[in-house]
Amino acid sequence: MRIALFATCIVDAMYPGTARATVSILERLGHEVIFPAGQACCGQMHVNSGYFKEALPVVANHVKAFEADEYDVAVAPSGSCVASVKHQHPMIARRCGDTGLEARAAAVGHKTYELSQLLVDVLGVTDAAAQLGSYFPHRITYHPSCHGMRLLRLGDRQLGLLRSVGGIELAELPEAEQCCGFGGTFSMKNADVSSAMLADKTANICGTGADLCAGGDASCLLHIGGGLSRQGSGVTTMHFAEILASTLENPATVTGDVHLTTGRTAR
Amino acid sequence: MSGTFLGMPSLPVFGIGNLHEHEPFPKAAHRELGNTQLRANLGHATRTIRNKRLAVVSELPDWEELREAGRAIKESVMARLPELLEQFEANFTARGGTIHWARDAGEANRIVAALIRDQGADEVVKVKSMATQEIGLNEYLEEQGIAAFETDLAELIVQLDHDKPSHILVPAIHKNRSQVRDIFLREIEGVDPDLTDEPARLAAAARAHLRRKFLSAKVAVSGANFALADSGTLAVVESEGNGRMCLTLPETLITVMGVEKLLPAWEDLEVFMQLLPRSSTGERMNPYTSLWTGVTPDDGPQNVHLVLLDNGRSAALADEMGRSALHCIRCSACMNVCPVYERTGGHAYGSTYPGPIGAILSPLLTGITAEENNSLPYASSLCGACYDACPVKINIPDILVHLRGEDVDSKRGKGGKRGRERLPSQMDLGMKAASWALSSGKNLGLVEKGLPLGRLAAGPDRKITKLPGIAAGWTQSRDIPAPPAQSFRQWWDKEHQAQAAPTAPTGTEAAGTGDAGTGSAGTEENP
Ligand code: SF4
Repeated sequence: MRIALFATCIVDAMYPGTARATVSILERLGHEVIFPAGQACCGQMHVNSGYFKEALPVVANHVKAFEADEYDVAVAPSGSCVASVKHQHPMIARRCGDTGLEARAAAVGHKTYELSQLLVDVLGVTDAAAQLGSYFPHRITYHPSCHGMRLLRLGDRQLGLLRSVGGIELAELPEAEQCCGFGGTFSMKNADVSSAMLADKTANICGTGADLCAGGDASCLLHIGGGLSRQGSGVTTMHFAEILASTLENPATVTGDVHLTTGRTAR
Repeated sequence: MSGTFLGMPSLPVFGIGNLHEHEPFPKAAHRELGNTQLRANLGHATRTIRNKRLAVVSELPDWEELREAGRAIKESVMARLPELLEQFEANFTARGGTIHWARDAGEANRIVAALIRDQGADEVVKVKSMATQEIGLNEYLEEQGIAAFETDLAELIVQLDHDKPSHILVPAIHKNRSQVRDIFLREIEGVDPDLTDEPARLAAAARAHLRRKFLSAKVAVSGANFALADSGTLAVVESEGNGRMCLTLPETLITVMGVEKLLPAWEDLEVFMQLLPRSSTGERMNPYTSLWTGVTPDDGPQNVHLVLLDNGRSAALADEMGRSALHCIRCSACMNVCPVYERTGGHAYGSTYPGPIGAILSPLLTGITAEENNSLPYASSLCGACYDACPVKINIPDILVHLRGEDVDSKRGKGGKRGRERLPSQMDLGMKAASWALSSGKNLGLVEKGLPLGRLAAGPDRKITKLPGIAAGWTQSRDIPAPPAQSFRQWWDKEHQAQAAPTAPTGTEAAGTGDAGTGSAGTEENP
């Protein structure tokens, strides 16, 4: 399959390892990955902040970039950005009176998948250790980001993939479904409430005794990780794609306090 | 309504009354977050009720179909509201009731006060009602020399304490037992001075107090949960039975109801009586449901009035994106699942309607430019828990975003305070700059050339701990990791230029994993 990678702006600029891990996983499965060069951002920061006029060129750019190449499906390592591409892009085009763009945006959205959706529903990955050679000998916990959970209904796709990684130990996160408090510009406009939500999330994470918290959205991980760092915690965050990409030969690097599990479950 | 035709009324007529924020939400939230008693009570109460709701909802195999039916019925009501209101009016009137139309809170208050005075009464008993709180009826009546006694236990506690409700279903959620005992000792005449804070003793004290009022009051004032157009019937759903006392004992019953409470037909209750109790108290069925249709000779109230309230509802109905907020059946499920509400409580929202529904309904009723109501649509991380919980499927997150857009647009090119041109805010400027950077791969690539600068700013700790301006909100509790040495785009370009050369290795496999590949922000990728 020819797969177009939508890296998303935050991964592109701040977490390139997440995109490289995504490429690695897909190539290991024998697929061809392309990176449409015109891509930049889904625009949800603008949309969610009410700046629809400013969002329009961002949306139009995304649609153009993902029309420029031939491919079977597009994929992004982010539930939130995929939800934006699928749901917000046609809405913004409609609101700004561009019905042509609305139809084109809907067509691009239709072909776009979140990474775990693509892996599980389209590519049939159910056992990461067996199918991808994934090996990650750490105790982790997992935060399901709101947009993946509620807008895309990802269910336990990400968690199921993580569970099937060799050597991994998964600690259940209490109140996992509670928002981490990020919410884009909410974290600045309502910094006090956002910080109170974050404090509860990080307390729950630290209570699990995990080395790191995995998730599927770089922005939430930036938020949670930023809070843990400020609190001086040794616990870090990592995108699930990087855990899936990790192998015995090429293990992912974990920053922070690292404890290896015994690797009992390694295959 | 006036019989003289004075041309088209000026539209829209926005709502007035207790629908406003008096300070921006972040400021109110900051204060409320410091109230540890409130946070503990709210955290406990919302968690308990959340779990109860989940349990009774998961019992119903057709819960999703019920929600869809509720949504569809409400949508059809909104689409044919004028026709249904006329049908209701005809049926209600035919059965001996009297209808009054109120454009806004002021009109509704005046109508109710005049009806009470007509009975020669100077006190009324009240059934818990959101509509009368919205219009500030109690305060208005007090000015007019009429005493209004709340009979819902929690509402009574709040009233006796001269406080405001903080939750639409559990108005005294912010008070604990010993606070309630103190309020009773201070405010109830003739109360047992040895009153303890045992729930049963407190309830008994309230009951004795209320019983006196039920037996003496000539007039009762209520709201309504539903009105059935095909029969002219009104319905009140409650837990305590005090509402039933008000609805049956006094000679005169005055109900104030928002026009959106209408349902087309009796059988629609089947859907809503499954949705409402499970969503609100987490019960399969509420203890008391009272229905009345006009006047029944020699049984119950003989003067039955209904004030149909607009107060901004027509304006909300005219908003295509926002109108489904009028589907709300005031169950409070969205509040109980909201992480923002759970931490700030209801007072932070200013309006009678708190929580996620309040954050959309208040500005829809008053108009987005009213007082500080433009801060309400931002009081959400858009996590979407409210939409999932709402029994009539109001897409609250989408409406929040819609109203944010209305707010931003309402300020574009407008004069600021004191007639000066409004200067663009930091947010405006940031969004504009980001729009440029993020609307082409080339521009973003250019910006990414600056990543090493960010690394420099992060210093040897490899984290940024203090940012200026609006971004200071972020760094109040969060660091930002040092950016990577190169962006993904830069890596990809290098990799694929190399690949284009005839002897280069083909796979990105090796580079995609391992030490070099898993560089999250802050990890070294290139020397
Ligand atoms: S918006 Fe929905 S969940 Fe919230 S109070 Fe209204 S009906 Fe209940």
